[in-house]
Amino acid sequence: MNSDKITKIVLFSVSFIILIVAGGIVFSLVGGAIPSFKTFGFGFITSSHWDPTEGRENYGALPFIAGTLITSFAALVISFPLSFATSLFLGEYYRNTRVAKILGTMVDLLAGIPSIVYGLWGFYILRPFLIGIGFENQGFGVLTSSIVLAIMIIPYATSLSNEIISMVPNDLKEAAYSLGSTRYEVIRYVTVPAARSGIFAGYILAFGRALGETMAVTMLIGNSNIIPDGLFSTGNTMASVIANQFGEADGLKLSSLIFIGLLLFVITGIVNSIGKLIIKKMN
Amino acid sequence: MRTIITVLVLAVLFSSCQNSAKKASNEKVSLTAAGATFPLPFYNLVFKNYTESKGIPVTYGGVGSGGGIRSLTDKVVDFGATDAFLEDDKMAEMPAPIVHIPTCLGAVVITYNLPGIDELKLSNELLEKIFLGEITKWNDPQIAANNPGVTLPVKDILFVHRSDGSGTTQIFSDYLTKISTKWAEKIGAGKSLNWPVGMGAKGNPGVVGTISQTEGAIGYVGSEFAFAQKTQMAQVQNSAGEYVLPTMASISAAAKGNIPDDTRIMLTNSSDPESYPISGFTWIILYKEQAYNGRSLAQAEETVKLLDWMVSPEAQAEAPNVHYAPLTEDAAAKAKAILRTVTFEGKAILN
Repeated sequence: MNSDKITKIVLFSVSFIILIVAGGIVFSLVGGAIPSFKTFGFGFITSSHWDPTEGRENYGALPFIAGTLITSFAALVISFPLSFATSLFLGEYYRNTRVAKILGTMVDLLAGIPSIVYGLWGFYILRPFLIGIGFENQGFGVLTSSIVLAIMIIPYATSLSNEIISMVPNDLKEAAYSLGSTRYEVIRYVTVPAARSGIFAGYILAFGRALGETMAVTMLIGNSNIIPDGLFSTGNTMASVIANQFGEADGLKLSSLIFIGLLLFVITGIVNSIGKLIIKKMN
Repeated sequence: MRTIITVLVLAVLFSSCQNSAKKASNEKVSLTAAGATFPLPFYNLVFKNYTESKGIPVTYGGVGSGGGIRSLTDKVVDFGATDAFLEDDKMAEMPAPIVHIPTCLGAVVITYNLPGIDELKLSNELLEKIFLGEITKWNDPQIAANNPGVTLPVKDILFVHRSDGSGTTQIFSDYLTKISTKWAEKIGAGKSLNWPVGMGAKGNPGVVGTISQTEGAIGYVGSEFAFAQKTQMAQVQNSAGEYVLPTMASISAAAKGNIPDDTRIMLTNSSDPESYPISGFTWIILYKEQAYNGRSLAQAEETVKLLDWMVSPEAQAEAPNVHYAPLTEDAAAKAKAILRTVTFEGKAILN
C-alpha cells in the first residue's frame, strides 16, 4: 500500500469513529428518554411541575428550559459589549502590537480556567459584592449566574471575531481611507460589515457554550425548580438539574433527566442551525 | 442505560482499586463495594483498619445510595450501601433476596446562620411553618415566643435544601411527614422533593457553605458533617416533648426501643425521651445467597466476615471518631443474627 492509501484509510476510519460516537450518544439518549416520553408526551416540554416524590411523580422540563435560555441569553447580552470592544481593540486598533498580544493571551487564558473556579469566584466574591451594593437580598439567581457565564463566554466570542476582523483585506480599508474616511467610519462601514458573519458565528459558539455550562451555574443559580420571574429570581438550568439529580435517580426520574439531556442536545442543534442559516444569508 | 451505569461504576471501581488489586494478586481475595456517601468517612476508616489488620483489600466507591443499589442489582460489587432501606416492592425487584445490615447511626441536623445566637429551640410547629414558607422572617413572634430571652434579627429566612437526591433529605422529610400532616399532604418524603420554598445546594458541603456565607439562612445537613464543621445547631423537639441537641448519645438513643428483626425501620421521631428525633440507621445490603456470578466460597466468607467485624464493638468504637453514633447493643445483636442467615449454596457461612 502506498502512503496515500494509508492516509485515506486512517482518515476515513477516524472520522467514522466520531460519527459512530455522536450517533451512539443520540441513540442512547433517545432510548433512555422513551419511558418518560411515553408517560408525559410533549407535555413534558410545556409542564412546569417537577415533583420527584414517590407516589406523586410528575416531571416537566419547562422551568429548566426557561432557566437555560434566560441565563444564556442574558450572558450573551452582558458579554457582547465587552467582547465586541475587545475584539475590535485586538483585531483593528492595536493589531500586532505588544499590548494586543498580552491582552489576547489573557482573554485566551479565561477559556482555560475550570468552570468550578468561576463558580467559586462567583460564590465567594461576586455574590457578596452584589449583596453589598444592595442589588440582591441573598445573591443567588439568574443575574449572578449570567454575569459569571458572560465572563466565561468572552474568550469564545472574542477570539473568533478578533480573528475575522483582523482578516478583513487591507485593500478595502485603504480604499475607504483614501476616500477620506475616519478610523471610526472605516470600522463602522467596512470592517464590521465585512466581518459580520464571522463575528456572528463567534457569538453563536459562545451561546452554545453558555447553554451547556453546568458547574458554575449550579453553584450560583439557587437550584429551585421554578420558572425565573426576573433577574433576581432563583431558578435552575437543564445541565444543572441533570448534574444534581442524576446520582440518586432511577426509573421514571432517570428517564426524565435523560429526556432533558436530549432536549438540551436538540436545543443546541437548533441554535447552531439557525446560526449557520443566518451566516449563509449574510454572505 | 443500565449497562452504561454498570460500565461507569466498574470504571470508577477499577480506577480506584488499581493499587489494592495489584496487592491482591499475591493474596486470595479483595472486596469491592459501592453506595451511600453519608457513611463514607466511617467506611473509609474501618475498611482501612481492616485491610491493615487482616490483609484483605476493601474498596468502597461513594456513588450514592441509588448507585449502591444499582451496583448490587447488576452484581458488580460484593455489597452495596444505602441510607434508606428498600421497601418491600423494591426488595422484590432485586434479582435475588437481599438482607440489610445496619452499620452505624447518623442524624440530620438543623443548622442556621444567626451570629451570636447559640441556642435556638424549634418546635415541630415552627419546623413545619419555616420549611413550608409560612414563616418568612426571623423576628416572627411565633419564633420569639418559643425562644424567650433571645433577640432575633429582622432578617428574611433563607431555607437551603439539597439540590441533589440524598438519604439526608429522605430522613429529614420522613421526620417532617411524621410530625406535620400538612407537610405529608403537600410535599411528602423522599430523596428529592418538590420544595415549596428556598434554594438548593449540592451535597452537605454545598449546603453548609451556602449557609455559612448567608446570614439568616437555615437548612439541614448530615450530622457527621455538622459535627466536623461545628456549625450552629438548633434544638429539636422529640416526641416526648423534650428539646434535644444532636449528640452521639441522643442519636444512639433513637435506636432504643423496638427494632424489627430485619432492622428495616426509619428511626425518626423515636419515642425514647433522650433521643434526637431526626436520626436514622445506614445500611449495607448484600445477597442472602452468596453463590452467584461464579463467586468463590472464599469471596463469600470474607464478605460476611468483614460485615460481622463491622458491627463488632471493636469497629463500632471507631464510629464516634468520625462523628457517627455507634449501634446499640440490641441493634448490633440483630445485625449479627442476620449475618448468620447468609448462605453459600444453601449452607450458612458463619456459625
